[in-house]
Amino acid sequence: MKKKSIVMIIFLIGALLSGCSDTYSHSRGVYMLLDTSGTYKSELNKANAIINYLLGTLQTGDFLGVARIDTGSFSEQDIIAKAKFDRRPSVSNTQKRIFREKMDQFLSSIKSSPFTDVNGGILQAVEYLNEINPAEKYILIFSDLKEELVKGYVRDFPIQMNGLIVVALNVTKLQSDNIDPREYLDRLDYWKNRVEQGGGKWQVVNDPERLDEIMKG
Amino acid sequence: MPLPDFLILFPDFPLLSFFVWILLIVLMLYLARFPAHRAIKLLGCSIRNGMRLISKSILLAEKRLAQRNKEVLLAAGRNAVERLIEREFYRVDAVVKRDLSGYPALQLALSDQVTRIEEDYQRSAELPPPPPTWVNAVEAVAKISSKGDINVSNILQEIHKTIDSQYRNTMEDYRKSMNERHFILRKMVPYWRKLTQKLDEVSKTIAGLKERAGIIDNRMEEYEEIRAKTDKAERILSSSAMTQFFISGLVLLIAIGGAIINFNLIALPMSEMVGGSSYIGQFKTSNVAALVIILVEAAMGLYLMESLRITNLFPVIGLMDDKMRIRMIWITFGILTILAGVESALAFMREGIAADLQALRHSLANGETLEPVNSWIPTAGQMVMGFILPFALTFVAIPLESFVHASRAVAGVVAAAALRGFAFLLRLIGAVAYYASELMIKIYDLFIVPPLWIEKLIQGKDKETEVSPQEEAT
Repeated sequence: MKKKSIVMIIFLIGALLSGCSDTYSHSRGVYMLLDTSGTYKSELNKANAIINYLLGTLQTGDFLGVARIDTGSFSEQDIIAKAKFDRRPSVSNTQKRIFREKMDQFLSSIKSSPFTDVNGGILQAVEYLNEINPAEKYILIFSDLKEELVKGYVRDFPIQMNGLIVVALNVTKLQSDNIDPREYLDRLDYWKNRVEQGGGKWQVVNDPERLDEIMKG
Repeated sequence: MPLPDFLILFPDFPLLSFFVWILLIVLMLYLARFPAHRAIKLLGCSIRNGMRLISKSILLAEKRLAQRNKEVLLAAGRNAVERLIEREFYRVDAVVKRDLSGYPALQLALSDQVTRIEEDYQRSAELPPPPPTWVNAVEAVAKISSKGDINVSNILQEIHKTIDSQYRNTMEDYRKSMNERHFILRKMVPYWRKLTQKLDEVSKTIAGLKERAGIIDNRMEEYEEIRAKTDKAERILSSSAMTQFFISGLVLLIAIGGAIINFNLIALPMSEMVGGSSYIGQFKTSNVAALVIILVEAAMGLYLMESLRITNLFPVIGLMDDKMRIRMIWITFGILTILAGVESALAFMREGIAADLQALRHSLANGETLEPVNSWIPTAGQMVMGFILPFALTFVAIPLESFVHASRAVAGVVAAAALRGFAFLLRLIGAVAYYASELMIKIYDLFIVPPLWIEKLIQGKDKETEVSPQEEAT
């Protein structure tokens, strides 16, 4: 009888402990790339609003990173700010305030880059998100998606993007797109194919309010 | 619709083939008429009988369930009445202990009062001494005629004076005595009042006891009815259970509302303690922790009510010896107070977190820093609510007990009604199947009307031929 009750207690404690473990991660990881090339620099003020939206939407335990796209974007030096929000709401709020300050500083002292390495930025984002491994991974590209690489930079290889949602934001039309709109459509198709071939999901959002629907899933 | 090739008997006359087939089918149906009728009838009857059988067994089960319901109801009623009677006896006991335990003292006080009154009365009854006996002698002398005799006249005058002074003395004594008697009687008034007061008190106590005895009589009548298992008692208990079920259900809903408010009050600050990003299954750990706190409070409230013997959901607690029970009361009350304090602190934290979050959202939306509103009223309100709600939840035990007890009876009644309905449905299906088989037989006969008509004609002729030789004989 005594033995039976001890086994019962052990079983109950085991059941309780197994019930307490986190069986499923609910965190979200968002990596945002900002195009700082000369043609796109003037658009960056809009990016500020999106970053503020993300800071307001992301919860404790989520990750947010912002990096710039410049001549060579596959580098940690291009990361402007990054934070994994603490599990405590009060600490998380402080982190968000610091993040915002960093972004303000960056946007006030931004320098345009002569080239645009979008692929490098995406590769950096994929690396980073896979390392953190949140439940939902988003790469937001705030760019016109026109890639201009320095001679010798190799980017024409496939990138593994399994489980990633790549969202192109505010894809502006260039002067040349106005002359031949097929260029714009070809550009979008190129990136769509590249993402989907890598196993990712591609979306284009020109209205920032639609971002809410995508983030909610 | 054209006939399939294998059915065409005369390729040149498809219509003829069709009619031949019809004829054959009708003939076949006619020949198979009686076995087909029997088969259809058998099917209908077997469905009806099967359904009746199932319905009967369901009705038997319903009867057993109704009997069990009655027993449950009567047992619950008996327990309730027993508890009520017990409580009434406790009250009577309390009254007797409180008021009538002092009865010997009261009797002593009353007899003391009566003795005093009696003594005073006796003292007040003391009369002044009667006039001296020589007055009679003087009276006789006074009757002697003086008739000019100066000596006699003087003697009489002297006697008169003496009598006068005696009269005055006697009157004075009398008045004095009367005054004393009045004084004694005046002194008796407070004693009389005290006596009346004490008798009133006794009378009130006796009236209260009489009232209680009346209530006990009524309860005993109810108890007798329940023990006799009368239908009246069952009806009363059933309706009472229904009422209890709905009322306690309503109160429980209100309590659930309170628990939800309580939950919202502590769920957000809980994320500060256990983290806002961890999950248990599909639920946030902070939400689960808040829920657990509320459930623990409800459980403590339940134990407290049990220990206080207000509810009787766990007989083990009620049967504990008083020392242990009182210890349990203090322990549960202590845990409840600590949890209420924790909730109050969480409610305080909630206000701070909510204000910080609001300020952050405002600064992100407008780029301006929001000045926090320094008002202590919402904070104090939330803290008070956080402290009071756990104690308020304690009382959930009372409607919960009623709900549990009443739901047994109500569930039994509902199950019995469902069984009755099901049995009726099965009987209906059986009857429908039976009459459907009858209808099918009639429809079957419709298809073979021509051979039936011919058969009738032949039978008619046969009858005629059978009848005609008799007729001839007559």
